[in-house]
This record gives sequence, C-alpha cells and structure tokens, in this order.
Amino acid sequence: MITFAIGLSVVLLLVILFLLFRIGTLASIFRGSTQRAAGTTKTSNRVNSTLLLLFLIGGGAAFAWSFASAWDTMNQPLASVHGAWTDSLFWTTMIIIGIVFVITQILLFTYSYKYQHKDNKRAYYYPHNNKLEIVWTMIPAVVMAILVFAGWKTWTKITSAAPEDAMVVEVMGKQFNWMVRYPGADGELGVANVNLIDAVNEFGVDFSDKNAMDDFMPRELHVPKGRPVLLKIRSRDVIHSVFMPHFRLKMDAVPGMPTKFWFVPTKSTEDMRNETGNPEFNYELACTEVCGRGHFAMRFMVVVDEPEDYERWLAEQPAFIEQNPDLLAKFSSKTEDQLVLEHKAEKKAEEVKTEL
Amino acid sequence: MSSTDISINEDVHHAHEEHDHHHDQNFFEKYIFSQDHKTIGKQFLITGIFWAFVGGFLSILFRLQLGWPEATFTFLEPILGGWIENGKLNPEFYLALVTMHGTIMVFFVLTAGLSGTFFNFLIPLQIGARDMASGFMNMLSYWFFFLASVILFTSLFLETGPAAGGWTVYPPLSALPEALAGSGSGMTLWLIAMALFIVSQLLGGVNYITTVINLRTKGMSMTKMPLTIWAFFLTAILGLLAFPVLFSAALLLIFDRSFGTSFFLSDIYIGGQALAHSGGSPILFQHLFWFLGHPEVYIVIMPAFGIVSEVITTNSRKPIFGYRAMIGSLMGIALLSFVVWAHHMFVSGMNPFLGSVFMFLTLIIAVPSAVKVFNWLATLWRANIRFTSAMMFAIGFVSLFISGGLTGIILGNSSLDIQLHDTYFVVAHFHLVMGAAAFFGMFCGVYHWFPKMFGRMMDEKLGFVHFWLTFVSVYLVFMPMHYLGIAGFPRRYYTWTGFEAFNVFTDMNTFISIAAILGFSAQFIFLFNFVYSIFKGRRATANPWHANTLEWTTPVLPGHGNWPGEIPAVYRWPYDYSKPGAAEDFIPQTVPFSETQSSNLPQEKDFE
Repeated sequence: MITFAIGLSVVLLLVILFLLFRIGTLASIFRGSTQRAAGTTKTSNRVNSTLLLLFLIGGGAAFAWSFASAWDTMNQPLASVHGAWTDSLFWTTMIIIGIVFVITQILLFTYSYKYQHKDNKRAYYYPHNNKLEIVWTMIPAVVMAILVFAGWKTWTKITSAAPEDAMVVEVMGKQFNWMVRYPGADGELGVANVNLIDAVNEFGVDFSDKNAMDDFMPRELHVPKGRPVLLKIRSRDVIHSVFMPHFRLKMDAVPGMPTKFWFVPTKSTEDMRNETGNPEFNYELACTEVCGRGHFAMRFMVVVDEPEDYERWLAEQPAFIEQNPDLLAKFSSKTEDQLVLEHKAEKKAEEVKTEL
Repeated sequence: MSSTDISINEDVHHAHEEHDHHHDQNFFEKYIFSQDHKTIGKQFLITGIFWAFVGGFLSILFRLQLGWPEATFTFLEPILGGWIENGKLNPEFYLALVTMHGTIMVFFVLTAGLSGTFFNFLIPLQIGARDMASGFMNMLSYWFFFLASVILFTSLFLETGPAAGGWTVYPPLSALPEALAGSGSGMTLWLIAMALFIVSQLLGGVNYITTVINLRTKGMSMTKMPLTIWAFFLTAILGLLAFPVLFSAALLLIFDRSFGTSFFLSDIYIGGQALAHSGGSPILFQHLFWFLGHPEVYIVIMPAFGIVSEVITTNSRKPIFGYRAMIGSLMGIALLSFVVWAHHMFVSGMNPFLGSVFMFLTLIIAVPSAVKVFNWLATLWRANIRFTSAMMFAIGFVSLFISGGLTGIILGNSSLDIQLHDTYFVVAHFHLVMGAAAFFGMFCGVYHWFPKMFGRMMDEKLGFVHFWLTFVSVYLVFMPMHYLGIAGFPRRYYTWTGFEAFNVFTDMNTFISIAAILGFSAQFIFLFNFVYSIFKGRRATANPWHANTLEWTTPVLPGHGNWPGEIPAVYRWPYDYSKPGAAEDFIPQTVPFSETQSSNLPQEKDFE
C-alpha cells in the first residue's frame, strides 16, 4: 500500500513538473521571447548572470567555512621528520594555487556577470595580444620552476639511501593482512623464498640460512623514536601499499620486486596520546592499493617506543624458529654450498629489480 | 587543395545527387548500418548517454554504501539480488561497482560518447566535407564499439561479477581469479571488450585524421579551422598513438592469464600454493597502462577544450582570444601528455630518479593549461554574453577545470604525492578536472549542436535548471573530498570505520552521497529535455546561435552530403564576431572579404 502511495505521488509530481514545463513554454511563446535570438532574453540572462555571481559569493563563503571547520580533522597529527618537509611544501603549494584559484574564479564569474548581453552593446573585437600571452606563459613557468625545484629537493632527500645505522624491518603484505619481520640481534634478515611458504612459515623464510635463526615476527610494528627506520617492503600475492598516514609514508608492496622506504619517527605513541588528548590514540598502517575483498580492512598496529622501551621490547621477543622448531626439519637436508649459491642469486636478483 | 581531394568531393557530390532522385535508403541503411557521419555521431551520442546513466547509477550504489556504511540495503535486493548479503553490500561487488564505474565513464562515455559523437558529427560539417574519408570504416568503428558495449554490459550480470580490480586493472590482482572473483570471467570479458573498443578507436582515429588532412573545403587552411577541429585532430592523433599500447598491455595480460606466461607475474603465493610464474614485473604493466592512461585523460578533456572554446567565443560574440596560442597550447599539451605517464607511479617502487624526471615534465603541463584558462577569461572580458544552456556549461567547464587542474600541481609533485597518492584527494582532483569538466564539455556540445543534429532546439529553461543542479552538486560532491584526501582517506575502501585515523568525517561522507544523488537525479531533466526535444522541441532555424562556422551554412536538417549544392568555400577565420564596421555582430566564414569592405582590417584590404 505504502509503495503504491509513494509511486502515485512520484507520478503526480512528474505530471505537475511536466505541466509547469508546458506552461512555461507556452508563456514564453506568448511573451514573444522565442522570437528573439537565443540567449538574448532579458530575464533569463539577468537571472543566470546574477546566479553566477551569487554562486561565486555563496560558494566561496561555503567553501571557506567548510574548509575552516574541517581544518582540525583533515590535518592528521604528524610524527616523522620528512613529514614536516612535505607538510610545509604542501601548504605552501596550497597557498600558491589558492591565490590563483581565487583570482581566476573571481574573474570568471564577475566577467560573466558584468558582460551579460545588452541589446545596444557590442563586444570589443580583441583577437590577440602577444605581449599578454608571453606574460601569462612566463609567470606560470617561473612558478612551476620554483615548485619543481622545491619538490625535487625534498624528494631527493626522502628517497636517498637510508643511513647505515637504520633499524631494518621487513613489512610484507598479503591478502588480507600485514606481517612484519625483524632481523633479530644480528641485524640481518634471513633469506626468503616464495616456494617455502606454508601455513606456519608465512614469510617463506629459509631457515637453513644462519641469518634467519634469530628473525622474529611480532604482531605489531614497533619502532624507536628518533632513530631512522628502514622498511623493506614486499608482497607475496597481489600489489598492496604500505600507508602510515601519521608518518606521511607510502610505498607499494609489489610481488617479485622488493621496495623500501626509510623514515625517522619523531613522537612516541605516548607523546601523541598526550598531544592529541586522546588516551586511545594508536598509529596505524593501512593498505592503499586495491587488493581484493578485504582491502579496506588491512589494519596493522604501529607503536613508536622511547628508545629504552624499544630495547626492552626487542629483548623480550623470542625468535620465530624457537617457537616453531618443527620447521627446521624441512631445511636440514640442504647443503651449505647450495645455500651460498641461492643466497647470491637472491641478492643479485634483488639489486637488478630495484633498479627498474 | 590537392587534385585527389577535388575528385573525392565531386565523387561524393555525385552520389548525393543520385540520392536526391531516388530516396531509396531503407530503414537499416538509414538508421542502423548507416555510413552517414551524422547518423553515426548520433548513434555514438545515444549509446554514450545510455552508458552515462549506467555508470552514474553504479556510482550512486557505492555512494549509498559510503554514505551510510552501517545501513542495511535490503531495498536494493530486487536490483542487485545475491550481491546484497543479509542487507549488506558484498565488498567484492563494491569493488566491481567502482571498477565498472571507472571503465564505463572513462572509455565508454567520455572517450567513445564524447569523441565519437562530436568528431563524427562536426568534422565534416565544420571543415566542409560531404562525409568522412571512409564512411564504411566509420560505420565499423561504431559497430565495434557497440559490440564492446554489449560484452561489457553482459559482464555486469555474471555470477562471479564483472571485473573488480580497479579500472586500471593492475596485475596480479586482475590476473588471478584466486585473488578476486571478478578476475575470472568478468576480467576476460573486460579484456575482450577493451580490445574491441581499441579497434573501434583506431578505425575512428585513422578516419578523423585523414578527413581533417584531406577533405577540407576550398580556402579552409589549417589556420582557418575552428578550434574544435584542431582539438579533435590532435586528440585523434593521441588516440592513434596511445591505444595500441593499451592493446599490447591487454594482450600480454591475456597471455599471463590464460597461457601461463610471466610478463607481469612473479613470486606469488596464493590460494595455498606458490605459482610457477617467475621473473615478471607488475610495474611493467603499470608503465604500459599509463602510457595509454595518461594521454587518455587528455583524449577525454581535449575535445571538451575545443567545444568550450567554440561555444564561449560564439556566445561571447567575441573572437577567441589568442587563436594561435590556443592551438599552440593544445599542441603542447598533446606532446607533453606522452611524457608524463609515470606520475601515476611515484610510489610504485620505480626508481626515484624517474620520479624527479616525471615531476618536472608533469608540472610543465600546467603552463599550456594556464594559457588556455587565461585566454578563455580574456575572451569573456568586454564580451556581450548570451547565456544559452551551452554557454552556462562552458562557463561551468572553465570553473571546474580551474578547480580540478590546480590540485594537479600538488599531485604532480612526487614528494607531496607520497601522502596523497590513492587517497580521495586524487579522486576529487580527477573527477573535477577530467570527469565533471569533460561531462560539462559534452553537455555544452549537445546543447549547442542539438539544433543541427535534430533540427529542433532543446528547451533552454530546462537546460538552465539542469545546469544549476549539476554544477552545484558537482562542487558539493568533490570539494569536500579534498578534505578527506588531505586526511589520507584511501580510495576504493568499502568502509573506513575500521581505522581510528579514518573514522572521522562520517557526516561528510553522508553529505557527499546526498549531493551525488541530487546530481544524478538532475540528469533525468537532461534526459527528458533531450528525448522530448527530438520530437517536440521548437523548430530550429539554420543558424540559431548566429555562429560563423560552416555547419551553420547547411540546411536546418542537412541531408546526406550535407550541402545541397556546392560545398561553400571559406574565406576567413571562424572568429569574426563583433568586428568593428560590420553590419551584424558575426561574419560567417563563407563571406568573402570583398563583401565586407567596411569591416576589413588594414591588412585584409586586398584579400579575396
């Protein structure tokens, strides 16, 4: 019954609209406005040009208001060294394009209003002015040159080689969660191979490699405050992307092509909880490359510790192989020679691919 | 003009006279398998409008999910059937909606619908030709597109769903049905549809280029061509060079999917086993895809540049400011569009040095784009503007192009792209600059050339209502998306509620969805106006907008061959509006200088 009533009222509404449309058409024929050249009718020109001006004023005000009121929410708290550079470059660029935006939109809508059709007027025949063209080619060119330079400086610093003492963590994406692996006390990650993956050994770590023996895989990503951290990123199925919004950090995780990104966290989780006044605050890692059904749910916790807390946490972590000693049986048959060979091949392949 | 050209003209003209005597085209020849460029243009337009409604409807479906993530959608069951599970939208189907929305809008509406319509319809009319260089190829171009459409449409109804890996179809996701149900038959159909689509584009492209080069009427030198034709010509060249690369990418993907090759696949463990693929590079696909993909966005927007330039100058009653600069900037944009593709891949893991190079090349594009905007503004200055529906959309286009184009300066900067890549900032940027703006260009063209297409006028008042509702809702949808993007909201998320960082802005998302529904509803006003006006619209005169270009010298409804008598010769550029000393405020291209002594400029005194 209700569906019927809704349907009926929709039909009635459409009929009314149609009748209004017909009346409008007939009225305009009666007034004779159809006899005039298209677009020279006084009323509709006045209405449209006024609306354009109102749109400029009203839309501009609404934009300014909504921008101001969303300001606090849209600025994610910042917690990395390079993030400060990109944030300031972002807002500098925003100011520059903001100025251009305001000027051009104002000109567009005020010209439209000011130069609306008048019967007794003629447009000004003004086909070109080479001086003007040169001026408004050069100005954007210079501004772009400055922006390119600033962007290039920042980009080069961010993508430069990680410092020697950077703490290394491997981040691996898979459908649909993140996993991390720490190199343990030796500071070297063990070799991994996709063919070794099984339900327990989800990284496919080759446990005949000595470096792998102290590797461990915690359930959260812990990093120390104030120290460079190098993320070695890979994926074992489809492309994922590591995104840590508070650290202004993003890098794709690509199967078959390890990637990397290094950064220096500047605020511990505790610092951030105090700063934001939110005792529940946590850093998060999200996926930003569409990867399937669970793409939106690949949340991983990131914790920034004070350096001493971080050392304590490190010491508490048991090596993966100690917890899963059964795995070792699989690897005992391999000889040392084979291992060395494989290790070399792996390294070489990695170098070649990252150059791509 | 060359002698071959003249003989072609005579040939076609002869055919036309024959036609005058026997009206013996049957229904199929006239409306279905027509070789007449005007009919083919209309076929593209109507198919494009159909696709636009499908694509728009899909976006409303996923906006419902994003605006009300906690709601139950049982009321959608009659349409979506099994894709609604316990009142919830299936997350994979959500991805399929996003993917198909992108594919449909970018390729089937804004490439085929926009280029197909206006290139076919306007090129012969505006350069003074009887028809396209090859009417048969032109017909094939439409029917390949139609076939592609049927296949893509069919894929919407597959049990495993249509392709769902994003419109960019990055492998391995799009290559492995184990990773995503839509990467099974849905993706196969997507690839077949795309391959046919590319064939259609190439057939069309060859034709457009040949026609513009060879079939211009007497006096129509390249520097007397309207900017529409310049834009169409350059766009056709872009398409001809870029689409084959997508074809190769699609072909290699087909090999990887079906024949066990490893172009794009390597080191993959999925569905409980390691795959045999080894040594491939997913990044290679991204390079191939974006080598098309980036020119593609210019293929979408450049025809709109041309249309808008034409409509602005006609309705401003002023010559376009800086005609040569406009052509130069089009050429600059066309050239640069081929060397910026990797700015889509700054954080894909490619060598950071490439990032610097592509940042530099990308930001250069801002210069010719800025020149275009300044020239449009200068054209409006001291004009005598007639606010037709087409003119409203042209003004709206410039506004949207500015708003969306400026954020490109941010995204083209690799260090800023780190945070913003694949967030709603990107979504907002490209929807404004190439989505909404290209749509505005398309509406602009439809309102402007409707009288020539159907011999009747569209209703102007409905056009204004349509414009205002669309314009306002486009801004209401996409401006707030910048805020979401600055906050880092990732694209293609089914819901953000799982993240503390992204669970703010729920009201904003609801707001965006409401605005999107408003904008979509407004399109039905256009649909009504369009269909109603074809049959019942006010009858048009031959030159209702008082425009200068050649198409307005044809009869109200041009028949086969376009001009009943000889093709008119061209004497002047198309922008002699409000020339001082002239009787009217426009002088059509066909009027020789000898007849306009009073308005001739000093250097034009001796012209023919």
